[in-house]
Amino acid sequence: MRKFTSFVAGLLFGLGLLLSGMANPAKVIGFLDLAGAWDPSLALVMVGAIATALMPFNWARKHERSLLDAPMQLPTKRELDGRLIGGSLLFGVGWGIAGICPGPAIAMLLGGHWQVVLFVLAMLGGMLLFSALERRRAC
Amino acid sequence: MTIDWINFTPWTALVGGVLIGAAASLFVLLNGRIAGISGLLASLVESKAERRGEKLLFLLGILFAPLLWMLLGSLPAMEFQANWVGLLMAGLLVGVGTRYGSGCTSGHGVCGISRLSPRSIVATLVFMAAGFVTVYVLRHLLGG
Repeated sequence: MRKFTSFVAGLLFGLGLLLSGMANPAKVIGFLDLAGAWDPSLALVMVGAIATALMPFNWARKHERSLLDAPMQLPTKRELDGRLIGGSLLFGVGWGIAGICPGPAIAMLLGGHWQVVLFVLAMLGGMLLFSALERRRAC
Repeated sequence: MTIDWINFTPWTALVGGVLIGAAASLFVLLNGRIAGISGLLASLVESKAERRGEKLLFLLGILFAPLLWMLLGSLPAMEFQANWVGLLMAGLLVGVGTRYGSGCTSGHGVCGISRLSPRSIVATLVFMAAGFVTVYVLRHLLGG
């Protein structure tokens, strides 16, 4: 049952990305281009998403188990450290260069554009690089 | 600043956002999980084998969403402005950055802000600011 609800939630998430315009890199860059002709659409994507999710997440914070009796797995870290800031900075630069973030990259992958395939391979490479660096740090 | 009224699509943006928020809500209410795409992807790549099936199926749902969409109509436009060098660099930066920063637009921007997490609010402000500055430099200082 939980596998089925995962898949349905993923489908809905993907449809939302496609409808919202997040899965069009040129539109994302139009939103990030404050100094040019600014397209504020994606601010409304955030507004719609957060307004919808606010109450469900408030419920989730107060419960140990989900409605389907899975353990509630919410992040527990609290500190605002250099890794959070530095990592988000690098992510933002990458997002600004291509106009693609991880969710839309997956939603566009079957759209038949080589650009997405290259981006996703590089992104997975970046994730592997991170885990390799972490393993060296742990030694 | 001038507003680009021609490309401004308030209704599809808002309804699309509601769908994204509803999907993230379902995932946390039913599965107890954060719909953070970079984290889900990384846990598949990094072979931490804890309840991987659910994570994989959420990602497969996103992957197959365009096929469901095509039953109803043609896919929305996907326009790319970066060349292959830009795409390669962008992908690497997004991969490394989302791991160090523990999240991306979905995990921090949607789920984290909805949980009122200070870490996610800071992360979102930082990556948005970095995105604004990057586009400003590439478009207006170096000239597209």
